[in-house]
Amino acid sequence: MATDYVIAKQVSKHFGHQQVLNQIDLTLPAGMIYGLIGPSGAGKTTLIKSILGMEAVDSGTVKVMDTVMPNRAVMAQVGYMAQSDALYETLTARENLTLFGQLMSVPKIKLAQMIDYAAGLVDLTSQLDKRVSGYSGGMKRRLSLAIALIQDPQLLILDEPTVGIDPELRQQIWTELNNLKDTGKSMLVTTHVMDEAERCDYLMLIRHGIALAEGTPAALKQQYAVDTIEQVFLKAGRMQDANDGNR
Amino acid sequence: MRTMAIVRRVFKQMLRDKRTLALMFLAPLLIMTLMYFLFQNNTTQVASLGVHHVDQSVVNVIDTKNVTIHHYDSSQARKMIKQHDLDGYLTQKNGQLTITYSNSNPTNTSLIKASLQSGLVKLKMKTLVTVTKKQRAALESQQAALKKLTAAQTQATVTKLKTAIAQAQARGDQATAEKLQKQLKQATATTSSSTQSAKATSYTTKSHYIYGSSDSTFFENFSPAFLGFFVFFFVFLISGVSLLNERTTGTLSRLLATPIRRSEIIMGYLIGYGGFAIIQTVLTVVFTIVVFKIHLVGSIWLVFLTNLLLALVALTLGIFISTFTNSEFQMIQFIPLIVVPQIFFAGLVPVDGMASWLQAIAHIMPLYYGANALTAVVTKGAGLGDIGVNLLILVGFMVVLTMLNIVGMKRYRKV
Ligand SMILES: Nc1ncnc2c1ncn2[C@@H]1O[C@H](COP(=O)(O)OP(=O)(O)OP(=O)(O)O)[C@@H](O)[C@H]1O
Ligand SMILES: [Mg+2]
Repeated sequence: MATDYVIAKQVSKHFGHQQVLNQIDLTLPAGMIYGLIGPSGAGKTTLIKSILGMEAVDSGTVKVMDTVMPNRAVMAQVGYMAQSDALYETLTARENLTLFGQLMSVPKIKLAQMIDYAAGLVDLTSQLDKRVSGYSGGMKRRLSLAIALIQDPQLLILDEPTVGIDPELRQQIWTELNNLKDTGKSMLVTTHVMDEAERCDYLMLIRHGIALAEGTPAALKQQYAVDTIEQVFLKAGRMQDANDGNR
Repeated sequence: MRTMAIVRRVFKQMLRDKRTLALMFLAPLLIMTLMYFLFQNNTTQVASLGVHHVDQSVVNVIDTKNVTIHHYDSSQARKMIKQHDLDGYLTQKNGQLTITYSNSNPTNTSLIKASLQSGLVKLKMKTLVTVTKKQRAALESQQAALKKLTAAQTQATVTKLKTAIAQAQARGDQATAEKLQKQLKQATATTSSSTQSAKATSYTTKSHYIYGSSDSTFFENFSPAFLGFFVFFFVFLISGVSLLNERTTGTLSRLLATPIRRSEIIMGYLIGYGGFAIIQTVLTVVFTIVVFKIHLVGSIWLVFLTNLLLALVALTLGIFISTFTNSEFQMIQFIPLIVVPQIFFAGLVPVDGMASWLQAIAHIMPLYYGANALTAVVTKGAGLGDIGVNLLILVGFMVVLTMLNIVGMKRYRKV
């Protein structure tokens, strides 16, 4: 029986006077690509960091792999790609991958093989021994994704993984994400690209820290009686603003 | 091991940053060289001199403006110097004066040396004058008689010799003539030498140095403190800025999204940058000793150990301070606040003479303990037992700061 990789219950969080997350519930079962969409500043990154235990929540609980977060050991089973690239620029891509592989306790004999696999996936194999300072923005993004994959984790948490990546490579990456899903892995992905949102198995629309709508892409379109996820996004937003105005 | 992964990363990054490497390894050598030439001259100071059984006349002529004199009842110079914290100790046996210098402060050594020398010259002149006055009358009458006698004698010899020379020259015997000429000269010379007066009592002095040698300088005395300061300064700056970079580029929170322990990151930093601090210390110490011929009384290993501890304190302090800053510029702002004041308490100004509140400040400065230990080892040959307390306090600083750093990282991950 497939278990739930992530169970977040009633997660709330505020920065100063601003309520950034308002009682969010999120359940991510095994073998699913879960998309988080919402306007800029909605609280997507904050939710991800709360799930990882890198941000303290005001209330609510998060469990990852049946372990209450924050928990250090569970991190080894999670591949994380931050929204902004956090790479050691003076090191080469291979050295960056090696470092994170070691930190993720990838066995020594498997490490070279994993580096080849992760680099191949993001099409960086020929550039592995170049210093990151000489990388383009898209190359850095791809390297960040490769780092998230280095320990072959069961759960991937990717914060806008395809920003700055060309359409062809983006198709390739999504195909690979689907392949990974088929082996029982799960992914939590944030995105601003609506055709990527369409490719998710399940979507959550967050706005002003509130989970406005959730469901499969098809169900959402049906619920809002529109043809595309983009229209769901816009319509849900307008309805929320109208509600706020009535109050 | 995760700590070692961090250490390897620190090493790789440092080795690729040639500028920072140069700053860390060459800048201290450059500044030491500059200081060596700057601090060759001395300032005015008062030295304390202990005396035992020395003629009052000698004591009286020693310049008391720069030297204060204390009388003691012991001839054991070393013991008395250590017991009463003197800069020198003067004893006398018959006409032989023996001066022992502490030489822990070369400035004071040269002060005593100078006033003793000028005092003895003065004394010689004085005695010369009195002796001459007293004996003048007697001498004059004696000399008159002597002169008469020798004049008569010389006259006889001279005439005798002169005839002999003439004879020899007539014979053409050049060798004999020359020999006789010499004798003639000697005969005339005796007349003048016999008129010399009796000699005044003169003192000879013999010098001993407890620490260092006769050529200890101001530089030599303060270089240990500066050694400690450089290590402290550069390690503080480099470790602080690199952790700050790690924070601002997001790699720190990325690291904390792996199963690494917060303590493993800090340990990785300690070992990684500590390694460079060791190289820096060895380089600077060896350079100072070899090039400037600093007299190292104590063990070089103690110098390395003390510097290493000082570097580790600087490392943890740099990391700690960097958590309160958001940019390299803000990190620089802490230098005049945190690092520069420490140099004042490193022994440049004697802490014992400070106001009590200043002394209290000195005791919260890591460099105060480090520099004191270094100076004691280098100039006085202090052993592990003597500086043990200082080293323990440094370890204490390091442990407390390390714990604060580990707790401080909770900001980025709650466990
Ligand atoms: N450390 C912080 N301190 C104060 N406010 C913060 C902090 N981090 C985020 N916020 C605020 O929380 C809100 C949500 O931020 P978050 O980064 O989660 O947005 P997001 O949905 O990821 O946006 P984007 O799509 O632009 O990445 C924003 O309004 C932001 O200003
Ligand atoms: Mg975001």
